[in-house]
Amino acid sequence: MGRYVLRRLLQMIPVFIGTTFLIFVMVHALGDPVNALFGDKAPDPAVAAQIRAQYNLNDPLWLQYVKYMGNLFRWDFGTTFSGQTVTSLLATAYPATLKLTAVAFTIEVVFGIGFGLISGLRRGGVADNSVLILTLVVISIPTFVTGYVLQYLIGVKWGIVPATAGDPLTLQSLLLPGIVLASVSLAYVARLTRTTVAENSKADYVRTATAKGLPRRRVVINHLLRNSLIPVVTFLGTDLGALMGGALVTERIFNIHGVGFYLYQGIVRQNSNTVVGFVTILVIVFLAANLLVDLLYAVLDPRIRYA
Amino acid sequence: MSTSVSSASAGSRADTVDSSDAPLLQVNDLHVEFRTRDGVAKAVNGVDYSVRAGETLAVLGESGSGKSVTAQAIMGILDSPPGHITGGEIIFKGRDLLKLGSEDRRQIRGAQMAMIFQDALSSLNPVHTVGAQLGEMYRVHKGSSRKEATAKAIELMDRVRIPAAKDRVNDYPHQFSGGMRQRIMIAMALALEPDLIIADEPTTALDVTVQAQVMDLLAELQAEYHMGLILITHDLGVVADVADKIAVMYAGRIVETAPVGELYARPAHPYTRGLLDSIPRLDQKGQELYAIKGLPPNLLHIPAGCAFNPRCPRAQEICRQEVPRLFQVTENDGTELAGRGSACFFWKETLNGE
Repeated sequence: MGRYVLRRLLQMIPVFIGTTFLIFVMVHALGDPVNALFGDKAPDPAVAAQIRAQYNLNDPLWLQYVKYMGNLFRWDFGTTFSGQTVTSLLATAYPATLKLTAVAFTIEVVFGIGFGLISGLRRGGVADNSVLILTLVVISIPTFVTGYVLQYLIGVKWGIVPATAGDPLTLQSLLLPGIVLASVSLAYVARLTRTTVAENSKADYVRTATAKGLPRRRVVINHLLRNSLIPVVTFLGTDLGALMGGALVTERIFNIHGVGFYLYQGIVRQNSNTVVGFVTILVIVFLAANLLVDLLYAVLDPRIRYA
Repeated sequence: MSTSVSSASAGSRADTVDSSDAPLLQVNDLHVEFRTRDGVAKAVNGVDYSVRAGETLAVLGESGSGKSVTAQAIMGILDSPPGHITGGEIIFKGRDLLKLGSEDRRQIRGAQMAMIFQDALSSLNPVHTVGAQLGEMYRVHKGSSRKEATAKAIELMDRVRIPAAKDRVNDYPHQFSGGMRQRIMIAMALALEPDLIIADEPTTALDVTVQAQVMDLLAELQAEYHMGLILITHDLGVVADVADKIAVMYAGRIVETAPVGELYARPAHPYTRGLLDSIPRLDQKGQELYAIKGLPPNLLHIPAGCAFNPRCPRAQEICRQEVPRLFQVTENDGTELAGRGSACFFWKETLNGE
């Protein structure tokens, strides 16, 4: 187990370097950041030269990357063109996104698995068909449509919860964005759970559990659901990273100053330091979540052992 | 005079068996059907059998003959839908199980009647330790604590002779060998010392040497606890050593019943005859093995008359028109052969091997 974790951690190093380098190259492929900074106006050559020197923009790309990574290991993510340190942006953005992700993830887990279980147990019934149709609808409608519609109806028209999440973020104000952010993943979790539950409910060990005279509740939770959750956990783990990085649309709709919000601004202004910095942290989150899922897999399924 | 004769015959039939009159389990005219998209499959069409305490009934038949479905109906674990019990009664210790509520039936399951399944690897939950799965019986039915349950689980594993039970109680099913896993299944069924055990092909997935060990263990424990045992199998070899009586099933009906020795010596139904003839024999080495011609019946369209008639070498016009009831089999001089019945119009000819 220890060896396995070590090996996985070592494997992360090339993945980390590869992904950050790709992001670095892509951001620079967007065009000259100095031109983007000045927008329509032609920059003063002297100022432009100074900025280029300050941000190492005259070096070849690989050298810029090496210098950037060198700074990164001293926890120096550089500064934005407006002079703020990226670390200070990260410090405001990540807590907001973490809160939003926590709310969304909870909704996704509770309702996704709940609906999936009900639907899988009563295959072909009214509940099952409703879940199938509803999840199909949710999956096929783009998030920004669900977001704006729910914001208008629940937030503005009926005023049940705040329409935007202000500062400081409260649980109540995060409820609606959480639902919107969770909706698509929730639908996938429900469908995945439904399939595995339906499949496993025909398994021999479930029949054994019934034959042992266990109450239905115990059969379903201890035997059926416990086994059915193994593939669902895999999905949830990778989805955790996707929720954090993919909150871009939701955060804009509900005016949450989180990762997606700053990332969007960084891309629009071609601010490589912001974009690469945020993505670097996201990459780490992704890798950590993946490792956690693989370890959890062994806990959930004793047939899988890592050596 | 007549009373003494009948009691004597009853005694000889059941010398190792409980002498009290009421059987432990009595299945009367059981009907089960599966309602599928393609139509109604009549899996069980009027099965009668009974088991006494300490007695072993072997139910013999090919795949789809309804032997497992009958067992599932008795246990109350029939998948419903699509399975439906459409008639009959299952009397267990004087109560008709089909008239009980689901909670009453749940309490009987596992505690008073238990089932051993065919493939122990898939029948045990892969994600729980065997100790937890054995202990669950005590935790649920007796309200034992986790600690007590584990102690009981170790005891059970010792009972079915699993070596180093104490060290292995926290192992998972996949860490055991096939024979050991089947012992765990047996231990689980025995946990609460039920009155009746239904073993559904308990040795099919095992290799031959292990089969013998497992069957011996099962027979030994059955004798010790004085349980009724229903042994479902398609293996005539397994049956011969352990069963007291045999019921042969075909297309959801019992076609022949007999005490174990007599069935082998003188079958009274052409289907049983065919089964016996298709056992490979050492003295016929090199010759082509006999096989019953044709295919098992489609349960959606069971042939009219005797279901076996399309495959039967003896089939006459009457077999295609009338369903034979289970006739009492008698000796040629008319004396009844105790416990023998055959659902064949030509049982007499078959019995005499004509």
